[in-house]
Amino acid sequence: MFLRQVWTVAAKDLHSELRTKEAWNASIAFSVVILLLFAFAFDPSSEQIREFGSGLLWMTYAFAGALVLNRSFARELQNDCLDALIASPVSSAALFVGKALANFTMLFAVELFSLPVFGLFYNTWPPRFAPLFLVMVLGTWALTIIGTLFSALTVNLRLRELMLPTLVYPMMIPVLIAAMTITTNVLAGNPMGFGMRFLVAFDIIFTLLAVVFVDTVLVG
Amino acid sequence: MNALEIADVWKYYGDFPALREVRLNIAPGSTLALLGRNGAGKTTLLRIIAGLSRPSRGSIKIHGSEAREQATRRRIGVLGHGIALYDELSAIENLTLFGRLYGLPDARQRADEMLERVGLARVRDGLAREFSRGMRQRLAVARAFLHDPEVLLLDEPFTALDDRAIAVLQSMIQGMRDRGRTIIMSTHQLREALELASHVALLQRGQIVHAGERTQQMLDDTGWLYRTYGEN
Repeated sequence: MFLRQVWTVAAKDLHSELRTKEAWNASIAFSVVILLLFAFAFDPSSEQIREFGSGLLWMTYAFAGALVLNRSFARELQNDCLDALIASPVSSAALFVGKALANFTMLFAVELFSLPVFGLFYNTWPPRFAPLFLVMVLGTWALTIIGTLFSALTVNLRLRELMLPTLVYPMMIPVLIAAMTITTNVLAGNPMGFGMRFLVAFDIIFTLLAVVFVDTVLVG
Repeated sequence: MNALEIADVWKYYGDFPALREVRLNIAPGSTLALLGRNGAGKTTLLRIIAGLSRPSRGSIKIHGSEAREQATRRRIGVLGHGIALYDELSAIENLTLFGRLYGLPDARQRADEMLERVGLARVRDGLAREFSRGMRQRLAVARAFLHDPEVLLLDEPFTALDDRAIAVLQSMIQGMRDRGRTIIMSTHQLREALELASHVALLQRGQIVHAGERTQQMLDDTGWLYRTYGEN
């Protein structure tokens, strides 16, 4: 039952987004433009790119993610749909996980789209793609969980588009540092290191905390 | 067992008590008109019953269970101020979505039946955003009645409805009454509400000042209730 509810909510969000492409278009355009602008602004050597390339990549993902996450609960305000969802027998945990899954899918698709742009314009390709995808999955889930929870928390605020990044980015700093460090190692062909265990632990702890507290956040 | 038991419910917004010591029991099959002027606390009370908000104090039981329990929410239907439909989804997609959320075994078939009942079967694949206001309202009515709720909560149900939507809603409420469902509706439209209601509760500044059966006197003179129990 829980999984069916999760799937129904996630499918609804993805279906709505595919039809309107509001968050998708903005996020893709933003990430590609940022990567292109920096590629033309600098003419870095391959050694320099290895040092700051992963930072640039994850900053792009974090900012592009805010565009996706901002819409997550805000789209439910239209016609008071959020009230209908909360009043329905869907558990708050299922609602949250469903929305997080939809956000993860959208953000990961944006990342996959912008990754070749990064590789092409910065002439940087990892020796092996599997470790890079692993860190992208874990890092993106961490960004998504924090972002989705704070999207629920700020949904009824008048200045939610300002408040969400203000609240979310400080929380994302540990994740971004870990993800950047691992990505730097992966691009250099080195072992992933301790950051991987940190990301796994962060994902598990914050997913559990979010699932436990989301009903309080939504119903008050 | 009562369909609804409200025991000493208080609700504060900051220091302001929107509801004060509200007590109310509603028997199964009753149709309650929740009356009161703007700001009396009608919507706040309905939101708490629907599980959209928690009381600051007190408790609410629906057929003996807490309002926020999943099984309880399956038994409740809500028609609030908003139509609660997704503009980017079609009529059939909207109803099927809510059917699945309510765990209906054949959500699509039920959605088709409801579209037929509210006269929207012809435009089942049209996007909700392309509908006229009246069609959207009928679709919202279909959504609220989709899972055949045992307790139906209606917040100002007749406000801003066109004639056809009012007729659809009245006929569906009548059907629910005939099947022994419990209906609680807040409204300013005294005449429509009193004609449908079996019981009446009058809220004033967050307190229930009168609760009881609807009498013939109330129907004959719709202002009597406010004059007798309310503020001048």
